[in-house]
Amino acid sequence: MILPGILASQISGHLGGDFESISTVTVGSGGSSTITFSSIPSTYKHLQIRGFAQCNRATYGTDDLNVRFNSDTGSNYAWHRLYGTGTAAEAGAFPNSNIMQIIAGTGTGNGNTFAATVIDILDYANTSKNKTMRTLSGDDLNGTVAGYGGYAAMSSGVWFSTAAISTITIVVNTGASFNQHTSFALYGIKE
Amino acid sequence: MPATYEPIASYTAPSAQNSYTFTSIPGTYTDLKMVVNGSFNSEDYVCLQFNSDTGSNYSETPIVGNGSTVSSGRAANRAFIFTQAVAGSGVRFMVQSNFMNYSNSTTYKTVLSRTDCASRDVTASAGLWRSTSAITSIKVYGLVGNNFETGSTFTIYGIKAA
Repeated sequence: MILPGILASQISGHLGGDFESISTVTVGSGGSSTITFSSIPSTYKHLQIRGFAQCNRATYGTDDLNVRFNSDTGSNYAWHRLYGTGTAAEAGAFPNSNIMQIIAGTGTGNGNTFAATVIDILDYANTSKNKTMRTLSGDDLNGTVAGYGGYAAMSSGVWFSTAAISTITIVVNTGASFNQHTSFALYGIKE
Repeated sequence: MPATYEPIASYTAPSAQNSYTFTSIPGTYTDLKMVVNGSFNSEDYVCLQFNSDTGSNYSETPIVGNGSTVSSGRAANRAFIFTQAVAGSGVRFMVQSNFMNYSNSTTYKTVLSRTDCASRDVTASAGLWRSTSAITSIKVYGLVGNNFETGSTFTIYGIKAA
């Protein structure tokens, strides 16, 4: 677990920059098909993405989002997930994949509801290691909408590359777009 | 201007008490992160309410693993978000909850939680408060009416995006 050295007793102080905001993407009224973080500096130890997303598919409860590093579209990823559907617990394993996938987008039919995700990418700039991603994500729809309910999910992924991560792209798996008010914020964590 | 990841408030229970409420939460951050590390004096369930809203405006979808089985359920139209932390007398647990875009006045509020009670289960859950109001207070309490034991800690952090 990443521990950025938070001291709860320092209620009037701050952390001196151990956990820094790098960039934020907020979707405007026109929507957006892709969330991109580019030119990510290599000066941190780990990265964290905190996301809040709604997609423009009206008839579905929850959407999967695809994550890629450095625009690599090759079969250089593998990922696992464990998730609750509200009625059952399920799991999946996906080797030799061209994406890493997370359950983190809510459909438009759910009104003001957005899915949330926290993504940790460890040792992202280390040129001796493959890159590991860990995610907590999900949404709740207050029951079901058009037969679809919310999810609580955990996933892990690996990118089989020792290149430093300089670009991260996130898209909706079905090709749908992100709606207004969707936002993804990228943070850097120093060693 | 607030720092990127900043402690807002921290409280250690000086005596047994059923609840603790974070109040006057500033709207200047992007997300909130809450950590509760405690125990109950008798079995109870850690629940959340926001802004003194006791209406049926909450719901959640969890996944729970107890060492022999894994399961998922769903609760709708409730008067609280159940973090899934359940613990018997004296058993330590930890709740970590992320309140995403908590001050956004257009969207409902989504809460991602992880709970850990080593002697019982581990859970992840997505909760929803169907209100577009900014969260200004968070009540953490035992649903059945039992007390957090002396020394239980409640801490909240603000996370500010660029």
